[in-house]
Amino acid sequence: MLEGLNKHFESRIRLGVMSVLMVNDWVDFNTLKEQLSLTDGNLASHIKALEKNQYIEIRKGFVGKKTKTTYNATEVGRLAFKAHLSALERFLKL
Amino acid sequence: MMDAQKHLENLNEIKRIMERSTRFLSLSGLAGVFAGTFALIGAYLAYQVLDKDNFINGMEYFDSKILLSGNHAIHIQLISIAIGVLVLSLGAGFYFTHQKAKKENRQLWTVASKKMLLSLLAPLISGGILCLLLINQGLFVLVAPITLIFYGLSCINASTYTHSEIGAIGYFNILLGLLNVFFLGYGLLFWVLGFGFLHIIYGTLMYLKYEKE
Repeated sequence: MLEGLNKHFESRIRLGVMSVLMVNDWVDFNTLKEQLSLTDGNLASHIKALEKNQYIEIRKGFVGKKTKTTYNATEVGRLAFKAHLSALERFLKL
Repeated sequence: MMDAQKHLENLNEIKRIMERSTRFLSLSGLAGVFAGTFALIGAYLAYQVLDKDNFINGMEYFDSKILLSGNHAIHIQLISIAIGVLVLSLGAGFYFTHQKAKKENRQLWTVASKKMLLSLLAPLISGGILCLLLINQGLFVLVAPITLIFYGLSCINASTYTHSEIGAIGYFNILLGLLNVFFLGYGLLFWVLGFGFLHIIYGTLMYLKYEKE
């Protein structure tokens, strides 16, 4: 394993979720799904994993009577993702 | 080596996702080509209306000395042409953008497209209201440059949320609008350049760059 690379970001889906959340605040599930062209089950498990690591935070709200869950990258998540990107770039420059 | 390839792909993917989730990229170049063509047809019809009445010499269609306010028939004809151009351009814009989004399997109504519309409409509506107020005051000569300048500002504003090249069309339009204030009275000519030819050239370039297979 390359130095500095974060194993939590090894999955392309988690990489994708973090990419969207780095440049957008509070994104809902369907938007994430559409942006990454994924199915429900696939995305949900990766979101749980990211939440467990405290890389993203979850907010449940209401739109009318429906619940709407939105996701945001935490400061920890942003730093971890940036570190991962720098490691990737360093590696590619060698 | 395999690793390098994989990491490079991941980096590119990250870049692509970040761009796609913040910018509305389904805007079609064909929309620009059609809007420009409608603008040219509209300008030609407006020229006919003004020319037929034969009360002007040269190109001073929007000269403040010409009291258009006295002639309601001309007013109504010009406004009809303007509304026709607006409706056809918006219709074509929506149609081609809708087609492109469908082809790319993308939603039309996204966070990015909403942000793009809002940033486009804020300066555009301000400029529109300003023009109506100017017309109300009889200051026809300022309408053409003001529309060009405010449309230019709208494009620059909206370029944050769509193809960044749209900013270029904005700067050109502002330049044309300012030149128009220097050459007051040549509004129709500057409209032809800004809304007509610029749209067609830009739309064609965008189509060739992003849509042609």
